[in-house]
Amino acid sequence: MILVIFGVTLLIAMYSTYAERKVAAFMQDRLGPNRAGPFGLLQPLADAGKMFFKEDFIPSQANKWLFILGPCLAILTALMSSAVIPFGEGFKFDDLTIPFQGVELNIGILYVFGVVSLGVYGLMVGGWASNNKFSLLGAIRAASQNISYEIALGLAMIAILMMTGSLSIRAIVEQQHGFAWNLFNQPLGFIIFLTCAFAECNRTPFDLPECETELVGGYHTEYSSMKLGFYLFAEYINMFVSSALISSLYFGGYNYPGMDWVRETLTSSLGASTGYNLATLVGTLVLFGKIFFFIFFFMWVRWTLPRFRYDQLMNLGWKNLFPLAILNVIVTGAGLLYNIRYASWIIVAVAVVVVLASSARAPKGAIQPQRS
Amino acid sequence: MQLTNRSKQVSNKEMTLAEKMYLPAIAHGLAITLKHFFQKKATIQYPEVKKYLGPIFRGHHVLKRDEQGRERCTACGLCAVACPAEAISMVAAERKKGEEGLYREEKYAATYEINMLRCIFCGLCEEACPKQAIYLRHDRFLPVFTERDEVIYGKDKLVERLDDRYVRTDSEVKATPTEPSLSRSAN
Repeated sequence: MILVIFGVTLLIAMYSTYAERKVAAFMQDRLGPNRAGPFGLLQPLADAGKMFFKEDFIPSQANKWLFILGPCLAILTALMSSAVIPFGEGFKFDDLTIPFQGVELNIGILYVFGVVSLGVYGLMVGGWASNNKFSLLGAIRAASQNISYEIALGLAMIAILMMTGSLSIRAIVEQQHGFAWNLFNQPLGFIIFLTCAFAECNRTPFDLPECETELVGGYHTEYSSMKLGFYLFAEYINMFVSSALISSLYFGGYNYPGMDWVRETLTSSLGASTGYNLATLVGTLVLFGKIFFFIFFFMWVRWTLPRFRYDQLMNLGWKNLFPLAILNVIVTGAGLLYNIRYASWIIVAVAVVVVLASSARAPKGAIQPQRS
Repeated sequence: MQLTNRSKQVSNKEMTLAEKMYLPAIAHGLAITLKHFFQKKATIQYPEVKKYLGPIFRGHHVLKRDEQGRERCTACGLCAVACPAEAISMVAAERKKGEEGLYREEKYAATYEINMLRCIFCGLCEEACPKQAIYLRHDRFLPVFTERDEVIYGKDKLVERLDDRYVRTDSEVKATPTEPSLSRSAN
């Protein structure tokens, strides 16, 4: 099961590179890669082949073992985190039920966090071992950014943990049965989580660690060949895993409206185990639909927004998202205490009112031209 | 100077909270990119689809024949003189008896060579020619060459084939404006 999940993860990461290029092209009114195979579908294979046959160069002043360790760590941690995501309810063979999940951990969400934090070491080790100022700067940026945004990420999720009372991702998903998705309880938490997920994946608008305009290539400046490929691959795997996590935590994972009806009709018409398995597969497809939407959303945002400046990044993380996340936790807690279900919407409502008030108070009239 | 009517006056006034939150602006930007996602693409798939480059495009050279299929070139050498890249060279020869069906004038080009590595496709040879013998086709590119010995185009590649005559079809451009017949009438 775990090997299947790794395989699927790698396949999706591979085609994410293709999708990224296609999405980028389409948003810029181009066509994108379309020469290798029909619609360019073999492009990832061609890219991988190219990566393998390039010269594997290690700078003479670099720390050789750490230099090799960096990309290995990055891809290892990226792959490990996909193990605890529940992709479906499970498969029944007579009386044997196998859950569609790599490992069922009762602290799944903590595991994901731990592994994702370890992922920073991949970038840090690689950037430091390159013995290059740009690489080191990129690595330091990656580390500080990930640490800063992990706090808001964790706090946004604590609100969910408070509501479900479990650290197991499967339990969290099962509580969102049908259409009771966490999104409707935690709108603010969702926005914070999404923003922080972008930052954790080092995606635009938070891709300062590999900021080409300032740092040449960031932490992977000195890398070539498949080591570079591993770094890029790790980025796409991280993207897949965080999309899966967002869908599981806020969009109900494999739950969808009308799932009970689907399972009942399938089990009554096809027999208990076959029907159950088919229903699981439908749920898995729904989950993958959600995941693909979020992967698309990641790319969509990447080709829409420009990069933050570094101080803006830190301001956003520490001065805005962090207090908002704490506020969200407090309001959710109060809501749980006094049994108000949609307590978190109060924050949103207040925010909307304040925004409208501030734009109403803003001075109207002609825009003063800026003096040049 | 106003280039487009899409320019916006910028100002550094204090931002409202809605603007500080970025979120409305982000949603607006996402809508713009999504609109482009579904728009028609501007790409022309070049080797398969070729765009019409207009009636005055200067492409492959052609040595014209007249209506009876005789070569028009009389090897006067004006094109070679006009050529700023010195790409054209030719050897003249006298027409023998019995060759009247091949060459229009009494003198003709025995060899006529254009070095395509030197040629800059400026079209000055076309303008210089008093016999309207050399043209740069508007409908055909020079094929890509990869070897040195494919570079020099001789008469075998340049002279117009009778089954593949070249006519400027566009009614607006019948001939280059500086063509001798036209400029003479204008003077």
